[in-house]
Amino acid sequence: MLIGISLISFFIMHLAPGDITSNEASFNPRASEESRQKLREIYNLDKPVIVQYGLWLQRISKLDFGNSFSSHQRPVLWQEKDKNGNITKGLIQEALPITLMINLLGILIIFSISIVLGTLASVRQNTWVDRSITLFVFIGFAIPGFWLALLLMYWTGVVNQWLPISGLHSPGYLNLSATAQFLDLLKHLALPVFISSLSGLAGISLYVRNGMLEVLNQDFITTARAKGINEKRVVFVHALKNAILPLITIVGLSIPGLIGGSVIAESIFAIPGMGKLFYDAVLMRDFPVIMGILTIGSFLTLIGNLLADLGYAWADPRVRKGLIQ
Amino acid sequence: MSYALTEFVLAILSIFQNKMFLRNFAAFLTLFFLISCSNNSSQDIDYKKSYEKELGGEIINAMIGEPSNLIAMIAGDSASSAIAGNIFNTLIKYDENLELEPELAQSWSISDDQKTIIFSLKPDLKWADGQPLTSHDIYFTWKLVTDPNTRTPYSSDYLLVKEARVIDDQTFSVRYEENYAPALDTWASLQILPKHLLENEDINNTFFSRKPTGSSFYQLDQWVSGQQVSLKKNPLSTQGEANINRLTSRIIPDTSSQFLELIADNIDLMNINPIQYQRVFPAREDLKKKIALYKELGNGYTYLGFNLNKEPFNDIRVRQAINYAIDKDEIIQGVLLGLGEPVASPYKPGTRWNNQSLKPYPYDTEKALRLLNEAGFTKNKDGFLERHGKKFEFEILTNQNKQREMTAVLVQRRLKEIGIDVNIRVIEWASFINRFIKTGEFGVVVLGWSLSLDPDQYNIWHSSQQGPGQFNFIGYKNNEVDKLLENGRRELDLDKREKIYHEFSKILLEDSPVVYLFAGYGLSAINKRVQGIKSPAPPAGIYENTQEWFIPKSLRRNEIAY
Amino acid sequence: MNAILKNPLALSGLIIILLIFFLALFAPILAPYDPNYIDIQSILVEPSPAHLMGTDGLGRDVFSRMLYGARISLLVGFVAVGIATLIGIILGSVAGFYRGWVDSLIMRLVDIMLSIPTFFLILAVIAFLTPSIWNIMIVIGLTSWMGVTRLVRAEFFSLRQREFVLAAETMGASDFKIIFHHLLPNSLTPVIVSSVLGIASAVLVESGLSFLGLGVQAPTASWGNILTDGKEYIQFAWWLSLFPGLAILFTVLGYNLLGEGLRDILDPKNKNK
Repeated sequence: MLIGISLISFFIMHLAPGDITSNEASFNPRASEESRQKLREIYNLDKPVIVQYGLWLQRISKLDFGNSFSSHQRPVLWQEKDKNGNITKGLIQEALPITLMINLLGILIIFSISIVLGTLASVRQNTWVDRSITLFVFIGFAIPGFWLALLLMYWTGVVNQWLPISGLHSPGYLNLSATAQFLDLLKHLALPVFISSLSGLAGISLYVRNGMLEVLNQDFITTARAKGINEKRVVFVHALKNAILPLITIVGLSIPGLIGGSVIAESIFAIPGMGKLFYDAVLMRDFPVIMGILTIGSFLTLIGNLLADLGYAWADPRVRKGLIQ
Repeated sequence: MSYALTEFVLAILSIFQNKMFLRNFAAFLTLFFLISCSNNSSQDIDYKKSYEKELGGEIINAMIGEPSNLIAMIAGDSASSAIAGNIFNTLIKYDENLELEPELAQSWSISDDQKTIIFSLKPDLKWADGQPLTSHDIYFTWKLVTDPNTRTPYSSDYLLVKEARVIDDQTFSVRYEENYAPALDTWASLQILPKHLLENEDINNTFFSRKPTGSSFYQLDQWVSGQQVSLKKNPLSTQGEANINRLTSRIIPDTSSQFLELIADNIDLMNINPIQYQRVFPAREDLKKKIALYKELGNGYTYLGFNLNKEPFNDIRVRQAINYAIDKDEIIQGVLLGLGEPVASPYKPGTRWNNQSLKPYPYDTEKALRLLNEAGFTKNKDGFLERHGKKFEFEILTNQNKQREMTAVLVQRRLKEIGIDVNIRVIEWASFINRFIKTGEFGVVVLGWSLSLDPDQYNIWHSSQQGPGQFNFIGYKNNEVDKLLENGRRELDLDKREKIYHEFSKILLEDSPVVYLFAGYGLSAINKRVQGIKSPAPPAGIYENTQEWFIPKSLRRNEIAY
Repeated sequence: MNAILKNPLALSGLIIILLIFFLALFAPILAPYDPNYIDIQSILVEPSPAHLMGTDGLGRDVFSRMLYGARISLLVGFVAVGIATLIGIILGSVAGFYRGWVDSLIMRLVDIMLSIPTFFLILAVIAFLTPSIWNIMIVIGLTSWMGVTRLVRAEFFSLRQREFVLAAETMGASDFKIIFHHLLPNSLTPVIVSSVLGIASAVLVESGLSFLGLGVQAPTASWGNILTDGKEYIQFAWWLSLFPGLAILFTVLGYNLLGEGLRDILDPKNKNK
């Protein structure tokens, strides 16, 4: 599986014209032949592609993702210490937590809102409540994110100065107390999290709605109702539990999107996350970074899927019993 | 369903009905936003009154990308050089009238044979860490930039130095093999690095590039990766004290977000585009009140370049015809809304190198058609020009730059009118360079050159500079021009040099290897809290004296925003 | 068809889409100006009877550009999804029919593609191959076939055990015939739904790519690049971003409503209600 992913990443890298040492996106006549030769040696470009791939795999298996081609030459994955004890942080090391933070907050919001909306819609199936919820989530999905983002930035940041417009921190945030720093961060995250949750909201709400409808027609619910259990209890305890179980798998499936983050939201809101890092690397033809992000991203996805499977098994009594037997 | 739908349609309709749709839209949005902590205390500030100079304060600007490396000779991106320029000094520099003046050097002298330059440094210069700055540092920097292991694009100018010598702690000399006229200019752009900190480091990959120690007005305070770089005053500055305490550069990749930050008062300074300058600001009293606009002619021009190795662009008549067929005034009006100047030579209008007797090719379609007829092109039945049964068509390549795209569109229309079928292809920069420019696989490009202050353009036009990745990628070759360029870089007498470059410009215009389109103005919007900016801009531009800018106490932002 | 008319979701979606199709199809007749006609005398003019949706930074008529842009946006959506659906059906049928190692191979491929952040893949490929409308359609197509593959395969799995397929098999029908005559026609329902939804996301992806400068390139008008042009002046030349923004919104909404409506209609579980 990992091999397949790395093969695809490797293939993409070779789509680019020229050899990868001509990466320097600068118009630089004097990009010295020697430094290019050095790069060719490091990346074994003089050898056949299949050998290159093997050597590359070898390095990756030791978690050696190399350094960026950009003139800062920062490590792609993890920090390095130089001989004087100065620490240079890795690019992914810095970007990934930011992206994960935004997206985990996003998931939290998506799930809490869409479970409420989905349940509401299913209980009031085919009434105007159901339809307006459907329409609302669809509009959320259909609005081009960057357009809405700019409108909201204008409204909340310029017309009314409620929220900061872009960035993760206020310029002087280091002088603030810890609580104030936290609040500052939350304010900065409000819009980006909202924008990046919008599209997920539609899908998950519908999923919950349809799941609920299905469950509500099943025998055990009818039995429960027949037993005279309070309708609210039927819906919120018995049915909901069953309807949101599959959501665990969805979290697993949505991880690539999460790590990918949103290039667009990150550019607009000036957030230095994985999306922005990847996009810049693509424009600069910074191949170690591109490969690093694709590989790490896919790797985390696999872990996520595994966790989701385990979580599902743990949450679903049927599967749990099966495991024990 | 129908109820919800009607309601939705009504809401949309009401948005349409009202011109101030944003207000309605916003009211619509408040449904989602239950936050209410408005602090719209817009105190009226009198920006008209003249303020006394006061020390302190912070200026916040925006940049599109993060600096990659604060050692300018390695970095090569504009964000890096903008910041490094506040930290490091050069030996000499250009003053506001673009004349050379001392910086680290207190004086310099040129030997009689004009091959040796001796710089003598100001006394008691110090690095920000308190160590003395001496001619050993200068020598060290020269060694670094010419070291083949240093990954710098700027070495070639310094490789012409045959011998560099430390005469004593305050005197440094360089000797050139041959006369090299741009020599002083090169010493005005080499930022001097501290020997004591870099001696045992790998210059290509050193922590110093993220935590530099310099000698100029500012030193690095904080660098929050991907977000902002802050500089604070360097108390040991070799050039005296700057007025403003802190310079903070926020990294905001999207220019529309930058603009929102500017009008919300969260940043003080950004570059704007002609539409914002000519249309948005004049229409918005509230913005005009607090934000001042500046324009200065940039040191560069945009052109349409031909691949001279390809048919039919190897024919001078074809090139001239296309030059006549393009309406440059229309481009300046349409693309720059008038904020540009026509050019007829590769030099900045208003400088001594610009040959004022030269005039751009006028817009003259008849002349264009006549030239094309002479070159063998005739109109076919579809109204297109053709030669030997082949339709005259080509592709204009340009990179993703709004102004260049728009320029290409206007050129396309004018050429279509005289019967040339033109397609436009917009390509992202890295592909553009690697795939088309370096390989020579292009017909016509729309690009720009930014120029150094020295008139030497050997790299761009000399026939020896046509290799892959070199600047003369259009393949221009003219023996006379070659000779002028060679002489120009050897001649130190300014008047004689001027004559050489005027002559060179004249031949170039006649030959028309490129069609000069325009030189655009650089446009800046700066919050009026920043005072002391020279207006109108001196020849060197408004950013020449940033150390003299100041922010009066009463106009400063609260120390902690929000 | 009757079912669609009775389903408000599907109906409103269908109406929106038909309307946009109509506008795109008759763009040359409806458009008052040549979409690329530059008029530097009327740059950024507000909407008026002469220019229903105002003009852009080069004085081009936004309404005409919107009409022609509809063609591009619809084309991108259809071709991209067409490619994805085609690949999905082929791979899904092969996997679902032959099972065994072919199936596991294809499903591994699906898993791999699903675990790479798709938008990253699109970005990288388009940037390396240089953006053109064809590249964009192909790349979106090549990165979004996995859902269809899974659907077709799952349908095949359940259909293969049904009597009519077993009967055909015992009668000695060829693989080809079984796939095309018996299995495929009966498994297309979910594919149609997912394709309709896929078009919606393709339209959004194109506008996102435009924002990053990797979408359909100037001077060709697409909704994505008109919107991107307008974003700089969102508080000033509002018409430049409002109309393409709404157009994208309604189109995507239309496809989604239609898709969800179709799902309701075609879902056998709903039939007995």
